[in-house]
Amino acid sequence: MLNFTLKRLLYMIPVVLGVSVAVFLMIHLIPGDPAQLVAGMEASKEDVESVRETLGLNQPLHVQYFRFISRAAGGDFGTSFRTGRGVMEEIGVRYLNTLQLGLAAILVAVILGVGTGIVSAVKKYSLFDNLALLVSLIGVSMPTFFLGLTLMLLFSVYLDLFPLAGKGSWLHLILPAVTLGTPSAAVVSRMTRSSLVEVLDQDYIRTARAKGLKETVVINSHALRNALIPVVTVTGLQLGYLLGGAVVVETVFAWPGIGRLVIQSILARDFPVIQAAVLILAVTFVLLNLLTDLLYGLLDPRIDLQ
Amino acid sequence: MKTAPPTSAGPQTHPQADPWAEEEFTSLGRRERVWRQLKRSRLALPGGLTVLLFIVVALLAPVLAPFDPYKNDLANALSPPSAAHLFGTDELGRDILSRVIHGAKLSLLEGLVSVVLAMLIGVPLGVISAYAGGKTDTILMRLVDILLAFPGVLLAVVIISILGPSLINAMIAVGVYTVPMFARLARGSTLAVKEEPYIEACRATGMGHFRILNRHIFPNISAHLFVLATLRVAIAILTAASLSFLGLGAQPPAPEWGAMLANGRNYILIAPHLVVFPGLAIIFLVLGLNLFQDGLRLALDPRTAER
Repeated sequence: MLNFTLKRLLYMIPVVLGVSVAVFLMIHLIPGDPAQLVAGMEASKEDVESVRETLGLNQPLHVQYFRFISRAAGGDFGTSFRTGRGVMEEIGVRYLNTLQLGLAAILVAVILGVGTGIVSAVKKYSLFDNLALLVSLIGVSMPTFFLGLTLMLLFSVYLDLFPLAGKGSWLHLILPAVTLGTPSAAVVSRMTRSSLVEVLDQDYIRTARAKGLKETVVINSHALRNALIPVVTVTGLQLGYLLGGAVVVETVFAWPGIGRLVIQSILARDFPVIQAAVLILAVTFVLLNLLTDLLYGLLDPRIDLQ
Repeated sequence: MKTAPPTSAGPQTHPQADPWAEEEFTSLGRRERVWRQLKRSRLALPGGLTVLLFIVVALLAPVLAPFDPYKNDLANALSPPSAAHLFGTDELGRDILSRVIHGAKLSLLEGLVSVVLAMLIGVPLGVISAYAGGKTDTILMRLVDILLAFPGVLLAVVIISILGPSLINAMIAVGVYTVPMFARLARGSTLAVKEEPYIEACRATGMGHFRILNRHIFPNISAHLFVLATLRVAIAILTAASLSFLGLGAQPPAPEWGAMLANGRNYILIAPHLVVFPGLAIIFLVLGLNLFQDGLRLALDPRTAER
């Protein structure tokens, strides 16, 4: 187990370095002169040159990269073009807000998904099963921004149950979390169903039934334990994808997270913030995937992690 | 799991007597077999018909649309659905039905262009990676891993931030974002096919690598790729619409569904129909694609059928 963890951690290094190179190169890939970009389009020639000098943009690329990465490792991503504040200052709380939203969304996905998945599997081909299939198909076919606007219209405007947007009490969290979690709930539900159906077909389940166990005991203590292992993996992967999905949902609900910050920064061409936010989200995603893999190994001792 | 013989998957998917098991060994052509299976899937046909309807609407948009999708009519701004304007009008008095009809073309293009782009890059990448093996495989797959390290739509967002917001750039961004999925599938399928005796036979007869790849490997993995392509078109349409919604894709006044929703959002309290109709259009198109994809997947590979 320790060996596997170390191996996976080592494997992460080239990926994270690759991402950092890609993020670093972003500002150089944009058509035009990066120094001009930083100084602003109206800046004088002297200003542009002094920016080039201070940011080290006149040095060879690899030197610039090492400068970028060594500063980034210490949490220094420079200052925001837009607000003039430190980039990490801009990102800090917003990152936590996004994690909060992501965790709430995954909670929605697990409760809805596993719940309906179990009922669907136990009552295979029932009306409920077919309805659940239809709803999950619609769930993955609906754009999150449309779902978000619809929920907002229904529950905030017409029924006045939840605040319209922004962040404040825990009530503000409900609609964004449901919006973000719904497509994942659909995926988790399908996964739970197919996994549980497969397990219920196994010999040991027949044995459990044959020795006279109650169906609830068979399901709860024999079937679910095994059926939920792949569900954990799917859920872990979904948690990562929610970080990406947050970009859209945060914009709909004006949730002050890192995703909305990325969009605002792109529209304002605020590159230090984009670079830092993207790098942080990607590293979080890679770490979440690693955790999912490790958890999978812990839950299912049959998996040979080597 | 997936190794179950077709006989066990068949009867459970379709409770009535299922001749599938024998069918595998009869002289029925593959195409006909797939078609039969597709017809039997209850949802694939309505799904396919929905998609077809959208394609027809997109092609005949200039004929079908009752109004010019760009024409302002400020006297009739924000009017709710009526006999004259079935879906109502937007803040500039433009007919929403006409805009939704013209939008079908944009959304289908977004899906097709980005997926074709992703296949053109991803499939050769995956096939070469698997066929060459060794260092080439390691390096190419590390590159794919780097692309996959960006969560979800974020990779597309990063690409837009480099290229700048526009409809074409959104298609490119979604295309690049989809590359890893095709690279991985092409690699996996090629690895499976590569060890088959007939490939070895090809090599023994001295056939060139390009010819083996082109004539023998590619045709054998194309069914999987096609199923993935239908799924990815659906996801690409959703992703491109999301980008347009965020202001990173199609720009006003283009009648793109995501962009229409972003605009309608400002009037959601007084005129929700600005949001509802483009939203429903996306859902129906993507749902149709998903249903068709699901049926196609079962038809092409009954062994992976969900029970």
